[in-house]
Amino acid sequence: MTVILNQSFTGISIGAVLLLIALGLTLTFGQMGVINMAHGEFIMAGAYTTYVLQKSISDAGLSLLVALPVAFVVAGTMGALLEWLLIRRLYTRPLDTLLVTWGVSLMLQQLARDVFGAPNVQTHAPDLLTGNISLGGGVTFANSRLFILGLALLSVLALTLILRLTPLGRRIRAVVQNRDLAEVSGIATGQVDRVTFFIGSGLAGVAGVALTLVGPIGPTMGTNYIVDAFLVVVVGGIGQLKGSVITAFALGVLQSVLEYSTTVSVAKVVVLVAIVAFLQWRPQGLYTLRTRSLA
Amino acid sequence: MTTTTPSAATPAAMPLAARLRVPGAFALGAVLLLGVAPLALSDFRLSLLAKYLCYAIVAVGVSLAWGRGGLMVLGQGVFFGLGGYAMAMHLKLADAAATGETLPDFMQLYGTGDALPWWWRPFANPAFALLMTVLLPMAVAALLGFFVFQRRVKGAYFAILSQALAAALSIWLVGQQATTGGTNGLTDIQGFFGYSLDDPVNQRLVYLVIAVVLLLLMIAARQLFVSRYGELLVAVRDSEERVRFLGYNPATVKLVAYVVAAGMAGLAGALFVPAVGIISPALIGIVPSIGFVIGAAVGGRASLVGAVLGAIAVAWAQSTLSDAFPAAWTYLQGLLFVLAVGFLPGGLASLLTVVRRRRRTTTPTPGETGIRTKSGGTGIRTTAGDTGTVAAIGEAGTLTTTGETGSRTTGGTT
Repeated sequence: MTVILNQSFTGISIGAVLLLIALGLTLTFGQMGVINMAHGEFIMAGAYTTYVLQKSISDAGLSLLVALPVAFVVAGTMGALLEWLLIRRLYTRPLDTLLVTWGVSLMLQQLARDVFGAPNVQTHAPDLLTGNISLGGGVTFANSRLFILGLALLSVLALTLILRLTPLGRRIRAVVQNRDLAEVSGIATGQVDRVTFFIGSGLAGVAGVALTLVGPIGPTMGTNYIVDAFLVVVVGGIGQLKGSVITAFALGVLQSVLEYSTTVSVAKVVVLVAIVAFLQWRPQGLYTLRTRSLA
Repeated sequence: MTTTTPSAATPAAMPLAARLRVPGAFALGAVLLLGVAPLALSDFRLSLLAKYLCYAIVAVGVSLAWGRGGLMVLGQGVFFGLGGYAMAMHLKLADAAATGETLPDFMQLYGTGDALPWWWRPFANPAFALLMTVLLPMAVAALLGFFVFQRRVKGAYFAILSQALAAALSIWLVGQQATTGGTNGLTDIQGFFGYSLDDPVNQRLVYLVIAVVLLLLMIAARQLFVSRYGELLVAVRDSEERVRFLGYNPATVKLVAYVVAAGMAGLAGALFVPAVGIISPALIGIVPSIGFVIGAAVGGRASLVGAVLGAIAVAWAQSTLSDAFPAAWTYLQGLLFVLAVGFLPGGLASLLTVVRRRRRTTTPTPGETGIRTKSGGTGIRTTAGDTGTVAAIGEAGTLTTTGETGSRTTGGTT
């Protein structure tokens, strides 16, 4: 029982990381069908932002708190810039965005290598987040993992509120559901695209801040997560927050339980097979957008 | 080869020179590869070229599945790896047998027991191993493709799934160190069906085998391109629904292209092993898998020759420039992808056509305006790269134009 609880908690925390990364992707992928491979590098940008801030603010707790909004803006700005420079030109060729943004991600990785050096760097976690919470009977939760879980849930809440309640959210949903109709209704879709990219990429930055708590920071850190995050979006259904949330946690728990009973590599393969099998049942993902423009 | 002028749309009206261009270019390529290169290049450079030609073989399949079929095959590393490992397993076993051992060297090192794993055993048979280099990748592709295409899983989904497969295979290989050599992969391969790979003469032999295979596959791909199936594949790419309504099953059409491309990648992997002497997970994960596609994209995915030359050129640039300026090369590589894919979707192969079209726009000549309107019309909706292909494909070009508008209308009612 202890093992199961501990293992599921590990799974939930893996899911929380996946969720943070996939949230931004759900937005950008859902908006324009863009496959942004540079999303992983926005995660990296968020992580390095934390690292830089900790150099100037020695208090680890404070620097982490400051890093969250700063990383959001840094990564968000990079995303908006990418959208403005490249992606908006590729609107009719969504698949090609994958290769173009892959090129961008190569350049960003090299930039990180030139600026921060090729070896991984590390930040200090605040004291508050280094310990464990023990629930008795050998069941322990790492504080840092709980923090990430909280951060992920908070991000989902904030994003849901923005999408549901604000005029901006209404416009974003309109463009996701039917771009042409939104356009003729007087919504500046180009502008909405840029703002969506800002928010989506900013969320990647926030994920990067969270990842500094669980691992080293390096130029290629984004690559490790990007494919898994895309799988979450695909299984959850493009543009569907609800789907991403459920899928991220489900895949996280599945992965961690399988890893416990087999090996990391076998778990990966089984998860992939499970996803292909799932798509036989629901090819459009867990939740499907009700839309008239299924082009 | 495929990015001909719009006048190629009417083959009968082509002048003799134009009709001889494809076989002429092919003959020139064959002479360069089989005659000039072995004479002019040093042993070292020739073995490098052999490696690039292996990538070019993968590119032939990429050109078929992606350029023609619109299937973004981002997991070619999987098939390259399967072919490579099948070949390397046999060669390792043969090496071991030659020195009187029963286990390959790395297995003795990791000491996992005295018995050869059961799935290694059949690979001692050369015929079985050779068959597996092609059949194994094709079987995996058929399995994944069947499930994916049958359920109409769409482009981006397919790309991500095939990429996840590449990640899973390389992680699995790293994990099974005792039986796969782990991160190192299968290294230090000595012989090739009885020939020592240390001997430069035999290395040249391997090069010639690779060059001949590449040329043969290019002929086969070309035949496939101009066949009825080739037209159908383009039609599926441009308007899947319409092809379905005509009574064909697009899933089968896509599956064939995917499986053939996988077989070619497997063969390339198998030839890569004697040429380079190593196969490892680093050659087959996500990054190399994208690399296989990028070469073809830079050269021109829809053009067979473009894809092949692009793959060779990018691999060549990578090994020469990355040694001299590792940092600068990565920037250049990234920029190359962005510019080639983003702004020249037909790749370098379409450069000539694009320039020609630009010039024609300024001074329109009568008689050609009809064609220009057609390609201009598709340009709004389809990719600019496809416009290049449209001009090349001829009869299918008409289908493209109508197909695109058609899919849009039907899309609205679904």
